[in-house]
Amino acid sequence: MRHIISILIENEAGALSRVAGLFSARGYNIESLTVAVTEDASLSRMTIVTSGSENIIEQINKQLNKLVDVVKVADITEGAHIERELMMVKVDAKEAASRDELQRLADIFKGRIIDVSDNIFTVELTGEGEKLDSFLKALNDVLIIETVRSGATGIARGKKALQI
Amino acid sequence: MKLSGGEIVIQSLKDEGVEYVFGYPGGAVLHIYDAIYNQSDVEHILVRHEQGATHAADGYARSTGKPGVVLVTSGPGATNAITGIATAHLDSIPLVVITGQVTSAFIGSDAFQEVDSVGISRPCVKHNFLVKRAEDIAETMKKAFHIATTGRPGPVVVDIPKDITDPSIKIDYEYPKEVSIRSYNPTVQGNQRQIKKAVELILAAKRPMIYSGGGVVLSNASEELTAFTQQLGFPITQTLMGLGAYPASGKESLGMLGMHGTYEANMAMHDCDTLIAIGARFDDRVTGELEQFCPHAKIIHIDIDPSSIAKNVQVDVPIVGDVKHVLVDMSKELKLSKTKPDAKALEKWWKQINTWASGNCLRYDRNSALIKPQFVVEELHKVTNGDAFITSDVGQHQMFTAQFYPFEKPRRWINSGGLGTMGFGLPAALGVQLAHKDAVVACVTGEASIQMCIQELSTALQYNLPVKIIMLNNRYMGMVRQWQEFFYESRYSQSYLKALPDFVKLAESYGHVGMQIDKPADVNGALTEAFAMKDKLVFMDFVTDQTENVYPMIAAGKGHHEMHLQAECIPVQSSDRELA
Repeated sequence: MRHIISILIENEAGALSRVAGLFSARGYNIESLTVAVTEDASLSRMTIVTSGSENIIEQINKQLNKLVDVVKVADITEGAHIERELMMVKVDAKEAASRDELQRLADIFKGRIIDVSDNIFTVELTGEGEKLDSFLKALNDVLIIETVRSGATGIARGKKALQI
Repeated sequence: MKLSGGEIVIQSLKDEGVEYVFGYPGGAVLHIYDAIYNQSDVEHILVRHEQGATHAADGYARSTGKPGVVLVTSGPGATNAITGIATAHLDSIPLVVITGQVTSAFIGSDAFQEVDSVGISRPCVKHNFLVKRAEDIAETMKKAFHIATTGRPGPVVVDIPKDITDPSIKIDYEYPKEVSIRSYNPTVQGNQRQIKKAVELILAAKRPMIYSGGGVVLSNASEELTAFTQQLGFPITQTLMGLGAYPASGKESLGMLGMHGTYEANMAMHDCDTLIAIGARFDDRVTGELEQFCPHAKIIHIDIDPSSIAKNVQVDVPIVGDVKHVLVDMSKELKLSKTKPDAKALEKWWKQINTWASGNCLRYDRNSALIKPQFVVEELHKVTNGDAFITSDVGQHQMFTAQFYPFEKPRRWINSGGLGTMGFGLPAALGVQLAHKDAVVACVTGEASIQMCIQELSTALQYNLPVKIIMLNNRYMGMVRQWQEFFYESRYSQSYLKALPDFVKLAESYGHVGMQIDKPADVNGALTEAFAMKDKLVFMDFVTDQTENVYPMIAAGKGHHEMHLQAECIPVQSSDRELA
């Protein structure tokens, strides 16, 4: 099953490699990994999307907690949560028809065209992974030049929070 | 106090109460070595290879419970140390390994003798640090010792660039009294509700079994384990790493379990209805085929490392905590309980176990004209009154020692159980002898293993370490040969050692005493003579039977009830039928 693991980790050089190394050494799978500093500059928040049996997810949790730099770990898929991913898609829009089509699709998916240079449009879209997938599918007639996705990040709903 | 970075490294060791640092100098650590030169509180032991330094520090740590300290240079110094670091990591041994690093400005430039020591060591340490400022050395050292020695112990690497040890830059030094790391708080006390649950299970057991491991030794919980076991009268088996925590002569002891464990221990594991795992990690060499592991048992697992629990085997009552604390609490809880163990069921269970034990699975041909390796180990036990520190290398001789040298005390059996590192025995013995100057220390080894760190014979001479080397020489990599005989139709691919040195002359050229023994009748006399030379390292080359195998044996992928026994032993029988 797919799980979203949130990690609070010391904002230190090498912390990311400890987590990445753990996953590769123990053969756990990483679908995506995002990391950035939190409001407390000494801490980074990492989000890993992974999958595995209940036993494997339990071990991932324990092994992450065992890393000395890791402050806290939570599997946010255990409870109600919100998940988002950011995508930017660069498309070739030389034809007027494809520009209209692109604008229409972006509106439907609540995306925005954030850059136009030399008939090349860049669309920004945020949502759950499936929505981003659907957008890419819907674009099938338009020439995609480049896609970049941030990987999923997420947060628990309500009072539940990952904090020290 | 104002000190240079190099002096701070050494002063930190003094303030930590370190007696010995095992090391080898090189460019990146010369400032630190200069600081060593100017003091006498911390004694430096110069090894001949950095692997030897880590194993010696490891032997020191295993035999004392104190952290072992290593100092090596950057690049090859650090990479040579890796095998020893990984060895300590897999057996949870506290080490602090200081590696020199190239000058900060050169890091990442493929400088001379540069490797990413933090990156290379990351998967085989408990934690590691790259120190960036001289001001951070003292606190990092404190953290390193704290992390290495608390919780589930392990090696910690501290990588120090040369420029921050510069003798011309002096800074204020104060060694921190305490250190707190917000992300690191090992659980010590067991959860009381879980302990109550465990005690209920224990008291309801009809066929109980205690399975204890190296965690008991690491936690210094030998007394508590002994009290707990005797209080219940339950059978106990110990892992390779746990031997000695419960005295082998204790009437509850069934010896070692696992791949080369005793028939009675493994059969009791297979048939028990309640398993109490204490400071053990369900290693594959212990469990055999997981599908068939303890098929009838409810399992209680006590371990300080939460990730050990349910890693290989699902358990019914996990208890996270320091084994010593948990055992004290369990014993208290047992005393308070009105229920008593089921004496009738226990009697029946012991009767069954004694039947299994009556086959005497640890048998060998005592009338052989050739020296049997088991015989040498038994004679070693006699000559040392069973009271020596025994280190070993890896292979058949290691298993023979575990089987035929009954250990009565913890920290007496020093071997690389997890990583299985050939070359461990001799340097480890040197570390043990340094820590216990007047004790009898012997290294049981083979002619293949000993050659992997033989250069440390030179270190032994330099520091007058009179360890006794008991080499069981069968001219084969014995365990490899055994597997090839069993599983590769006796195709002995690359396992025969041609062109062996004359070990007697070799020992003599290093300034030691060498002996070769090739007749069973001479074994006891030679051992007696060797151990009488109290101030000499004696290298004993026992020419043994080439074809002897380690029995009993569970082949990989088989269950505990499917042991290979020697032909003349009792037949293998699963007791599943009787249970049904």
